[in-house]
Amino acid sequence: MKKNRPGRRLHRFHGGIHLPDNKAQSTARAVRTASLPRHLILPLQQHIGQIAEPLVAVGDPVLKGQMIARAQGYISAPVHASSSGTVVEIADHPVPHPSGLNAPCIVIETDGEERWCELPPPISDPLSLDEAEMRGRIRDSGIVGLGGAAFPTGVKINPGAGHEIHTLVINGAECEPYITCDDMLMRGQAQRIITGIAISRFLLGARQVLIAIEDNKPEAIAAMRAALDASGMDRAEVVVIPTLYPSGGERQLIQILTGQEVPSGGIPAQIGLVCQNVATAAAISDAVVDGRPLISRHITLTGGGIAEPVNLEALIGTPLNELVEQAGGYTGEAARLILGGPMMGFSLTHDRLPLTKASNCLLAASAEEAPPPRPASACIRCGRCADACPARLLPQQLYWYARARDIEKTEAYHLFDCIECGCCSHVCPAQIPLVHYFRYAKSASSAQEQERRRAEHARRRHEARMARLERLEAERKAKLQNRRAAVAKKKPQPKADGDASPDPKQAAIQAAMRRAAEKKARLAREGQTPKNTENLTEAQQRQIDRAEQRRAAPDHPPAED
Amino acid sequence: MLNAILSISLLALAFGLLLGYSAIRFRVEGDPLVERIDAILPQTQCGQCGFPGCRPYAEAIAADSAEINRCPPGGETAMLALADLLGRDPVPLDGEAAEEAEPVLAVIAEQECIGCTLCIQACPVDAILGAAKQMHTVIASECTGCGLCLPPCPVECIRLEPLKVDTGSWRWPFPTTPHDQMKAG
Repeated sequence: MKKNRPGRRLHRFHGGIHLPDNKAQSTARAVRTASLPRHLILPLQQHIGQIAEPLVAVGDPVLKGQMIARAQGYISAPVHASSSGTVVEIADHPVPHPSGLNAPCIVIETDGEERWCELPPPISDPLSLDEAEMRGRIRDSGIVGLGGAAFPTGVKINPGAGHEIHTLVINGAECEPYITCDDMLMRGQAQRIITGIAISRFLLGARQVLIAIEDNKPEAIAAMRAALDASGMDRAEVVVIPTLYPSGGERQLIQILTGQEVPSGGIPAQIGLVCQNVATAAAISDAVVDGRPLISRHITLTGGGIAEPVNLEALIGTPLNELVEQAGGYTGEAARLILGGPMMGFSLTHDRLPLTKASNCLLAASAEEAPPPRPASACIRCGRCADACPARLLPQQLYWYARARDIEKTEAYHLFDCIECGCCSHVCPAQIPLVHYFRYAKSASSAQEQERRRAEHARRRHEARMARLERLEAERKAKLQNRRAAVAKKKPQPKADGDASPDPKQAAIQAAMRRAAEKKARLAREGQTPKNTENLTEAQQRQIDRAEQRRAAPDHPPAED
Repeated sequence: MLNAILSISLLALAFGLLLGYSAIRFRVEGDPLVERIDAILPQTQCGQCGFPGCRPYAEAIAADSAEINRCPPGGETAMLALADLLGRDPVPLDGEAAEEAEPVLAVIAEQECIGCTLCIQACPVDAILGAAKQMHTVIASECTGCGLCLPPCPVECIRLEPLKVDTGSWRWPFPTTPHDQMKAG
């Protein structure tokens, strides 16, 4: 049963490590549906890209499956109410994130009635549906890559005109220890997955489908083969791949199946492939066939710290601590809480966090399973990290430069091809937390890039402002110049008799004074004196004297106004 | 003899024309060094270096009339980048620049704003929106946190607030495991 079709040649990626898989603990129990929580906490950002925009307000009643936040921009995904109830809060809440910070969430108080909103009609033959309608349903269902990357699926199934897709790779490898949610999904719901694969394949126009499953999951392989045979899909094949971490990495899986490498900094679509997780395929089937949005997922609760390790099908937004209770609660051994697997997951400081679309596993590890980091010693340049690196990088070189905070140099050594799988840290005999250094360097690099873009933006704005100020100043000057020219034109031409006074007002005063003097002289010649200078009272005479005195004063100019 | 003189003169003329044409055709506009220095500076236009903006400071550095350690927003990173570019020795940060500041954002207490427009005139990147006798506000995405809007405000209603870190802007910290007890290798 584990055999592949004759002629199917598998390739090998560089490095990789064999790890104890620790999967049996959680596959011993059947998948259960988690009970409905009192409160659902739905983060607005559960995907890569722009944060979703709330469509509801506090106090609004919501129905199960109702879109409560819509996608903003192309690379984004909507969020749906996982159950019916009332919106009680739209605020920042703790979310599963390595930073431990809060992020905007919509909190719904459930009413226990599980009343569905009106869904698009179910379709018996999904491939009879219009292509645009199918894409619309997938986009509006809020589906993101459920393998952990959470990239909006609506974008991924639309690779653009430049990329012709020949192969659809379905990732059922689930290579990380402890995690079994994809395994259990394949065992139990292979039919749904196959339907989703058929839809994806149709939308991508892929000629062949390769469903890759690691050889440590014989039940899943059998179930998927049976479902595939029953569906009668042509040029589709379940390919059994050897168990080797990290064969479930997109680039590694493509290399195993085709021998081709995805270009550095590129995407698989550039070489004609699209890779999709099995759970994503199942969600696509729900969205297109039943018109049902993504409101639940499988999550593995496992580790030495969990009493009854199990896979639960839980509503998105269910608090993790309630899920742990349904898995029998913690044993006394729980030492560290990890979201995701032991290799690529991140530590949580507490469990009052909601289940998000991207959470595939909650590992409550015992001290034995996840020992506290031991003090690192100096790098002895053994080169084991380079041997283990599946991306064929030089972790040792990267480490030196990251430690020296020489970010440019780390980029020159292809830092961004690092998939943070943790193989290098795992094999390091000096216990150096290599991946932590690379995460730091990646963060610092994107911070620098953002800073550079901000500076460039500020410089352009400053230049625009300076240009505007200059233009306004020039305009003001030009206006002033125009006014001056207009005034100069209006001014009467200087008289021929050589009146030097440039001011027309002065000239007018002079002329008036001249006229008054002439008139006075003429009257004096005729022997007429002013008629009002006789019979003056004493007060009037005094006033006249004072005026005469002022007029005679040498520093007092004649009144002009 | 005549042939030699003639050919040499012709060659000289031809090369002279070529050089003259190249000088016009491939003329270097401005000082490329100033551009490269300006690209390193953080463009907050804050004036804390003593020059009216980043470009004047870049010009002064290019003319060797200013030290490379006068930019507080750029901090040590910018100083080291400048030292690298110019082949100068790194120097400790000077005065105000010595305490590396965390990124900040100007915030107007809108109920206190009297709408005087003085801050709008002071903002080097046009990040403040408002009109006379209308409430003003800072466009957060455009603010560089230079603080030039603070002194002109007659009612002191502008504050500089540290940028809020959210899950999007959070950065992985430099590893601080027991590893750091180790001597630097």
